Amino acid sequence: MDILRFATAGSVDDGKSTLIGRLLFDSKAIFEDQLEAVERTSRDRGTEYTDLSLLTDGLRAEREQGITIDVAYRYFATPRRKFIIADTPGHIQYTRNMVTGASTADLAIVLIDARKGVLEQSRRHAFLTSLLRVPHLVLAVNKMDLVDYSQERFEEIREEFTAFASKLNINDLTFIPISALNGDNVVSRSENMPWYLGTSLLHHLENVHIASDRNLTDVRFPVQYVIRPQRATDPAFHDYRGYAGQVAGGVLKPGDEVVHLPSGLTTRIASIDTFDGPIEEAFPPMSVTLRFEDDLDISRGDMIARPNNQPQSAQELEAMVCWMADGVKLGPRSKLMIKHTTRTARALVRDLHYRLDVNTLHRDEEATSLGLNEIGRVSLRVTQPLFVDDYSRNRATGGFILVDETTNATVGAGMVIDAR
Amino acid sequence: MLQRDYTTSQLDVLEAEAIHIMREVAAEFERPCLLFSGGKDSIVMLRIAEKAFWPAAIPFPLMHVDTGHNFDEVIEFRDRRAAELGARLIVASVQDSIDQGRVVEETGRRASRNRLQTTTLLDAIEEHEFDAVFGGARRDEEKARAKERVFSFRDDFGQWDPKNQRPELWNLYNARIRKGEHIRVFPLSNWTELDVWDYIRREGIEIPSIYFAHTRKVFERDGMLLPDSDVVQRGEDEPLFEAVVRYRTVGDMTCTGAVQSTAATVEEIIEEIAATRITERGATRADDRSSEAAMEDRKREGYF
Repeated sequence: MDILRFATAGSVDDGKSTLIGRLLFDSKAIFEDQLEAVERTSRDRGTEYTDLSLLTDGLRAEREQGITIDVAYRYFATPRRKFIIADTPGHIQYTRNMVTGASTADLAIVLIDARKGVLEQSRRHAFLTSLLRVPHLVLAVNKMDLVDYSQERFEEIREEFTAFASKLNINDLTFIPISALNGDNVVSRSENMPWYLGTSLLHHLENVHIASDRNLTDVRFPVQYVIRPQRATDPAFHDYRGYAGQVAGGVLKPGDEVVHLPSGLTTRIASIDTFDGPIEEAFPPMSVTLRFEDDLDISRGDMIARPNNQPQSAQELEAMVCWMADGVKLGPRSKLMIKHTTRTARALVRDLHYRLDVNTLHRDEEATSLGLNEIGRVSLRVTQPLFVDDYSRNRATGGFILVDETTNATVGAGMVIDAR
Repeated sequence: MLQRDYTTSQLDVLEAEAIHIMREVAAEFERPCLLFSGGKDSIVMLRIAEKAFWPAAIPFPLMHVDTGHNFDEVIEFRDRRAAELGARLIVASVQDSIDQGRVVEETGRRASRNRLQTTTLLDAIEEHEFDAVFGGARRDEEKARAKERVFSFRDDFGQWDPKNQRPELWNLYNARIRKGEHIRVFPLSNWTELDVWDYIRREGIEIPSIYFAHTRKVFERDGMLLPDSDVVQRGEDEPLFEAVVRYRTVGDMTCTGAVQSTAATVEEIIEEIAATRITERGATRADDRSSEAAMEDRKREGYF
């Protein structure tokens, strides 16, 4: 059984909470005491139906205001897969939360109300999905029951959205007509839409092929921690020196020739160690410990790659940045901390090329700053080299966060598009 | 030659993620510690720590906030496990906090030291100058927890501000704090109760005996089975009876209920949990029942 992480975007009006509630309920991930608590609260408030959004809106402020503010993580499993849902709010003022939820997602579900069609917010959600390179997108056309399960309406929406999506980087796009309220095409195929020949949403989630989404081509191993037992669990390890980390790309094997960055020196992998014994290969997302044949000076923040396939060693970065800070804006001359893989450095914003209107994709080149939830293209200069790939090639070595040096808050998320 | 598909099982993915989180903390903080209660989640967390740093010893101490109302079997297990690993175990005692006048013991039949633990915990964090504290909490446990970050920031009063959390993207964790502040770190955030049991089975990890079915004298209160003990106040209208029970969660005797069960092995427990229709906290924890936002409120104050 593997794991599929998926993000859902939308507001209560789109039926997002109803959809999640149904997936959880039908897969028996909602328990009786949770349902009773929700029924009790719904009744106390005089709501006529059981408000399933109360299951996911976990904070007091969210329940009081009846909106989702933050990302909530939900879990369910079927015999085929374990699922992690990042349930994110749909409103524009919570763009940063959707970006957060999408950053780790294998798949995103964007919900559209069949009566309303493709709205500004659906386009925004699709754009963010493509910006964050979520490999699979499902457009769930919801409330089909309210348009008489009309094939014509579904096809209209499909055409309009397909035209828009052609402007984005979306590799896998699936359209599913559903009614979350009635359960049509959610868990099983609906008899109300015989014209729809595809699978149910859950069947799609269970079967979508994600193994190829990882980068198994470019070997990337950011050194996270040096293991040198001062008090070894066994005297035999007295001289042990291993380099621990999580594989960010490629397949590593003992005997492979590798290059250490920043030194550029080459060596071979002597052994791939784990608590459970040495292993014959390591690939994403495994956490392992490497030992090398030669004694090199290697520390946290360094990178292991292949001599003929190396990341860019860059101090000048071009990146798309989503700004996440309240109050302070990002602009030319902003100084920030940057954390990329296991390396932290200082960064200076050299230029803001444009601010992107996330609804229309219009580029405003006159913009002088990015405010909360705004996205733009920037040039950064970094105090020490980072070992980066284009985000489109590898999310783990192409993504970074920006941290405010004075407040220590995480204020930005960046995706490398070019590096020197 | 057959091409491998490089798929990874859910337990391997969760374990790799948790190991990454632990190493990140060890690399970025000066004085981490791991909260170890002898409960199943902290037992799994401890195994992950063992794996993350092997063949070196775990590079931080363990700490238990002991209410003095814990089950003997669990305390015995806690001490034995820490000794096996050669780990330093700090016991922060709620009784000491009461004796020093830091907190006042609740009175009455429903008196519990659950809430008092927060003061003891925060005092111990301050005394030992811990800057990162590992907890075994999972997001599937409770709806306020479902919103909490893996690296969860605490101000210098130890408080959690759910509306002002740091965004957390990819596997990049922000470890920057000022002196006096700390981060609670939850490596098992994405695990479910069933994942924890599957992992215990796969790894063959030992757990305290009270997780398995046994005969115990109990009484019923609010649909929960509480144990016969000197520290639990029982009314005359709450008669004792013998039952075959086990514990799904392990906390304070005063607020942790047993469930009727005959599950005597990890396999049987997994079968039972897979079929159950009630959450572990709903079934067994009085502390979560006091209000809709009981957990959120306690967490704001600095609770686990």
